[in-house]
Amino acid sequence: MTTVTAPAQGQRSGPPATPPATVMPLAVLGLAVAVVAAACAALALRSLRGLSAHPTVLLTAVIALVAIACCLPIIPAVRAFRINGRRARALAAGELARARQAAAAGREQANVAMGWSLSVILLAALAAFATANSGAVAHTFMRWQFIEDSWWDVTKAFRINIEVAVFGEIFVLIFALLVAIMRLLPGRAGRPLRWLATVYVDMFRAIPSIIVLYLVVYGLSLAKVPVIENFSPTWLAVVGLTLTYSAYVAEVYRAGIESIHPSQWAASRSLGLSYGMTLRTVIVPQAVRRIVPPLLNDFIGLQKDTALLVVIGLTDAFAQARMTSANVFNLTPVMVVAILFVIITIPQARFVDRLIEREKRRAGGTS
Amino acid sequence: MNFLQIRDVHKSYGDVEILKGVSLEVNRHEVVCLIGASGSGKSTLLRCINALEEISSGEISVDGDVVSGAGVDVNRLRRNVGMVFQSYNLFPHMSVLRNVTLAPTKIGGVPKAEAEGRALELLDKVGMRDKATAYPDALSGGQQQRVAIVRALATNPQVLLLDEITAALDPELVGDVLAIVRELAQDGLTMLLATHEMGFAREVASQVCFLHQGRILERGSAEQIFEDPQEERTRQFLGRILTAGRL
Repeated sequence: MTTVTAPAQGQRSGPPATPPATVMPLAVLGLAVAVVAAACAALALRSLRGLSAHPTVLLTAVIALVAIACCLPIIPAVRAFRINGRRARALAAGELARARQAAAAGREQANVAMGWSLSVILLAALAAFATANSGAVAHTFMRWQFIEDSWWDVTKAFRINIEVAVFGEIFVLIFALLVAIMRLLPGRAGRPLRWLATVYVDMFRAIPSIIVLYLVVYGLSLAKVPVIENFSPTWLAVVGLTLTYSAYVAEVYRAGIESIHPSQWAASRSLGLSYGMTLRTVIVPQAVRRIVPPLLNDFIGLQKDTALLVVIGLTDAFAQARMTSANVFNLTPVMVVAILFVIITIPQARFVDRLIEREKRRAGGTS
Repeated sequence: MNFLQIRDVHKSYGDVEILKGVSLEVNRHEVVCLIGASGSGKSTLLRCINALEEISSGEISVDGDVVSGAGVDVNRLRRNVGMVFQSYNLFPHMSVLRNVTLAPTKIGGVPKAEAEGRALELLDKVGMRDKATAYPDALSGGQQQRVAIVRALATNPQVLLLDEITAALDPELVGDVLAIVRELAQDGLTMLLATHEMGFAREVASQVCFLHQGRILERGSAEQIFEDPQEERTRQFLGRILTAGRL
């Protein structure tokens, strides 16, 4: 047995602590980037102001304010220099710990300056692009007059997109679950059904949804399939999108169901619940909670794909906007459609965030 | 006629044979403790009894009915044979009350109000009545396990299988759960326990079986096994547990 001896008093073990390096290079870099950012912002703002033939006082004031805001990153850059001075003084006084803290704070300030400056540069580049060619870019995409002229027609036509999306989502929720359950059927008896479900999922994930829509809407009405031939094109579009998105969502369901620990199956079956009842009351309810985010992802995809209705001759928002755009030779109406899609998507994203948050809180034990 | 009869049960997973011919008879109101090292087949044996695992050969009968092999109504069997697991396995999306009433209402055909009344009564017995509306995540391990026991009892099983139910618990919570099992034993419930709590096994068991590598190597009364084990392996096992301070 050897005894471990403690190091003698005052004697240091390990290499001596290194003094903190100077912050100077980083501070110089931070200041340089901040100055470049301010210059870029000034140029971009000047051309932005130039777009207006007779800039009002209000406009000038706003632009001046923005210009001042773009110079703000210079402040932390300058601070980095001052803090570096403090580091040097502390070091000279032999206060290693305080010097180290000052160096860290200095680096932090320089980094903050660079982070904000880079953002300013990116936004300035965007503004420069929008104002390029004396504002032709901005005018092509966003002209107030065309927004005013087209927004009501486009919004009215957007109703079809919403209808198809909502009904499609309802059917997808049901149909995809059936496909997923089919894919997970146990035993020898389930094998052919498992196989069929797999083929369906593989096929419809492979075929572009625009082609499925085309084939379903024109094909089914052309072939005069009983019952289905009487469907309106809108309903056929719902069928087409349901077929495509059920393939995706079936996989989401399957992943969710398979993610539930086998011990839940054992517990439920040990109580005498049958396979189907276990699936319905124990497994699927837990799986659904877990898959809400990926499910919503696919739903947003489905909503966006309603813009494909244009290929089957339905006048949805995009079709309406294209007509108007062609008339006025300007893309502003299409931008309006884009904005409408953004408007309906963002609340859903926030809603999912809230659901996840709630689930976390409950898992945290504060129910 | 024994209440539970296990005859020469074999169980393999692929090429690995877990149970190599286990036979065991259990009478009504008996408490049988299965002891042995991890991997000796205790859990597998319990899971075979309520058909969570299909046995490879042999025969299991409960109350005179053969319950192994094809064509058995496993759902009916499981209502007579309750099971409690090491990791509780409560349903996390259901309240405590719903966890307990699920099986009686869904398959026992018991009206909801009646099932809830009985559930509250059982929860009261284990000191969990005030947690009836809580969700499992908000409970400690010991509390969850008490609810799991109540859930298994809610279908009025004739046998209860307990699979190392205290193995995942903090030491100070073990006592609460064992107290409940002790009470059930005194009430005359037939039970099979796989356990590492030797002191407890010694106290409640009417029969102790030592499993080793898929076989019951030695069985007898608690006194016989703990005081005077005949097999070398049993002596080794108990000796190791004794030095680990668990007896």
